[in-house]
Amino acid sequence: MTTTTDTGAPTQGHRLAAENVTIGYDKRTISRDLTVGIPDGSFTAIIGPNACGKSTLLRSLARIITPSTGRVLLDGKDVSRYRSKEVARRLGLLPQTSLAPDGIRVADLVARGRAPYQSLIQQWRPEDEAAVAAAMAATRTDVLSGRYVDELSGGQRQRVWVAMLLAQETSTLLLDEPTTFLDIAHQYQLLDLLRTLHGQGKTIVAVLHDLNQAARYADHLVVMKGGHVVTTGAPAEVLTAALVEEVFDLPCVVAPDPVVGSPTVYPLPTGDAAG
Amino acid sequence: MSAVEPRTARVDFGYTTRTLRGGFFSFRLPVRVVAVSAALALVAAALGIVALTLGDYPLSVAEVVRTIGGGGERFHRLVVLEWRMPVVLAALVFGAVLGIGGAIFQSLTRNPLGSPDVIGFDAGSYTAVVVTILVLGTRDYWSLAGAAIVGGILTAVVVYVLAYRRGVQGFRLIIVGIGVSAMLGSVNSYLITRADLQDAMAVGFWGAGSITRVTWTSMVPVLVGFAVIVAASAALAPSLRRLELGDDAAVTQGTRVGLVRLALIVVGVATTALVTAAAGPLGFIALVAPQLARRLTRSPGVSLLAAAAMGATLLVSAHLISLVVASAYRPVPVGLITVCVGGLYLIWLLVREARRQATTS
Repeated sequence: MTTTTDTGAPTQGHRLAAENVTIGYDKRTISRDLTVGIPDGSFTAIIGPNACGKSTLLRSLARIITPSTGRVLLDGKDVSRYRSKEVARRLGLLPQTSLAPDGIRVADLVARGRAPYQSLIQQWRPEDEAAVAAAMAATRTDVLSGRYVDELSGGQRQRVWVAMLLAQETSTLLLDEPTTFLDIAHQYQLLDLLRTLHGQGKTIVAVLHDLNQAARYADHLVVMKGGHVVTTGAPAEVLTAALVEEVFDLPCVVAPDPVVGSPTVYPLPTGDAAG
Repeated sequence: MSAVEPRTARVDFGYTTRTLRGGFFSFRLPVRVVAVSAALALVAAALGIVALTLGDYPLSVAEVVRTIGGGGERFHRLVVLEWRMPVVLAALVFGAVLGIGGAIFQSLTRNPLGSPDVIGFDAGSYTAVVVTILVLGTRDYWSLAGAAIVGGILTAVVVYVLAYRRGVQGFRLIIVGIGVSAMLGSVNSYLITRADLQDAMAVGFWGAGSITRVTWTSMVPVLVGFAVIVAASAALAPSLRRLELGDDAAVTQGTRVGLVRLALIVVGVATTALVTAAAGPLGFIALVAPQLARRLTRSPGVSLLAAAAMGATLLVSAHLISLVVASAYRPVPVGLITVCVGGLYLIWLLVREARRQATTS
C-alpha cells in the first residue's frame, strides 16, 4: 500500500507542528502516530484524496479535535495547555462551512474576528476598529461594509470570511478547502489574496483539492493518503507522476505550467474515457 | 470619553452606532437596538401602570401614580402597592425572563422554533406538579414550585442526553424535545383521569398559568433569581454570539464551546423553571418575544436585551387583557391568553418556514 516515508523532519524549529498524534472522531481513528511540521512563513497546502485525513489534521492543528495520543505544538508548547484566547491570538481557522447569523452585515461579521481580544467591558477599543478596517481593506470587502452577508455572491462572502479571519490578527491562518464552493475566477482571486497575505508575512496552511492550484500557489506541500503523510516538500520536488499515481491512483504526466512553470498534472486517457 | 484618543480608520457598519470609550472600557452600541429596547421598556411600564388601575376597585391613572409616588389614601396604598403591584411586577419580570430564555435557546438551536416551551421543559414542570398534587397529595405553594423546577430540569437533562451525539445539535434538540413533550402530555392526561375532581381542578388551574397568586413574599426569591439570570446571561452574551458562527469558528476564536454551551443551557432552563415554579406554564412568550424583537431591532441574531424588553411588554399586555376580560366577563388566567395569541404566531411561523423550505428545495 502506501510507503509512509515520513520525511523524519523534526518538529523542532516549527512554530506549529503535530507530534506523533493519533486523531479521529469518537472511536474511529483517522490518523495514527502522525508527525508533521508547518514551516514558518510558508504557504503550505495539504493535499490528498477524499477522506485521507486532510481536514482532520487541520482541525487538530486548530485545536478543534484533541489528539488521543501525541500533541500539537504551538511555539514549543502543547496547544492544549494554552488559554483558549491565547491560541486564538496566534492561530485562526476558516472552517469548511461557516455559518453567518441571520441578517448580519459585512462589517459586523468581520468585527466578530476581534473576539479573542475582547472582554466584557473592552468591546471596541481603537485597535479593534483599526484591525477591522485593515482586514476589510486587505480583502477589498470595505466597499461591501454595510451590505447583508446573505445578499453577497459566493466569492464575496468567502472574502468576508477571510476578512474576519484577518481581523483576528494571527500570524498563522488555517483554511479548510477555501475554494471548494467558488467558481474558477473566484478560486484564483482567493488564492491570489492568500498569496498576497503570505507575501506580507502570514503563514498559510490550506487544504486544497486542486493539485495544480496547490503546486502553483504553495511553497510547501503535505501529501496525505489513508491518514498518513506520504511526503512533504516543495512542489517542484514532490509533485511527480509517480507520486500522483501512488496517492491518487491516477496515471498522468507532470509537466511545467506554460505560464508560471509550476508542476502541473495532466491525466493520461484511460480505456473508460476512450469508450 | 477622551478627546485625545488616536484617530483610527472608521468602519461603516451600514447602520448607526455609537462608540463609548473611557479609561478601561469601550463599547459599540447599535443605536437602534438600544432605542427599541428602551421604547419597549417604557411601553411595558406604561401598560403596567394601566394594569394597576384595573380590578374590583377601579382607580384612575392619576391616583395610581400618586400612590406609587408615596402619597394617596391608605386604602389605595393597600390596593396598589400590596395587592396589585406584585402581580404587575411579576408580569414584567416573568416576561423579561421568558424573553431571555427564549433568546438563549433559539440562538443555541439556530432555530426560531427552539424555545424552552416548545422543546418540552414546560411539559416536564407540568408533569412534576401533576405528580406532586395527585401522588404526593400536597398543594402547598413551595412544594409545587420545587416540583416545577425539578421537573423542568429533569426533562432538560433527558432531552439533552437523548439529543446528544458528539455534541448537541439544534435541530435534534428540538425534535427530541417535541417528542418528549408529547409523551409527557399523555402521562399528564393519564394521571388526571385517575384523579378526583378537586385534585383535577387544582392541576387544571395550575396548568393554565396564572400570576394572580403572586404576593410580595413569593416575589422575593423570584427577584433574586431574576438578578442572577440577568447577570449570568449578560456575562455569557458574547460567547452566545460566537457560538452563532458554528462550533469550529467559535473554538478557534477562543471560546470553550462545551463549557459555555452547558452554562447557557443551565441559564435557559433556569428561566423556565423560575417562571413555571411561581406561575405555572406561561406558554409562547419565550417563543415569540425574541423573534418580534429581532424584527423590530433588525439586529443580527437574537438580542438578549431586546428580547427581555419585548417579553416584559408581551406578558404585561396579556395581563392587561386578562384584567379587561375579567371586568367584562369572568377571570381568565394570563397563561391562556399568551397561549391563544402565541398559537396564532406559531401557525404563521410554521406556514412561513414550510413555504421557505418549499422555495429553497
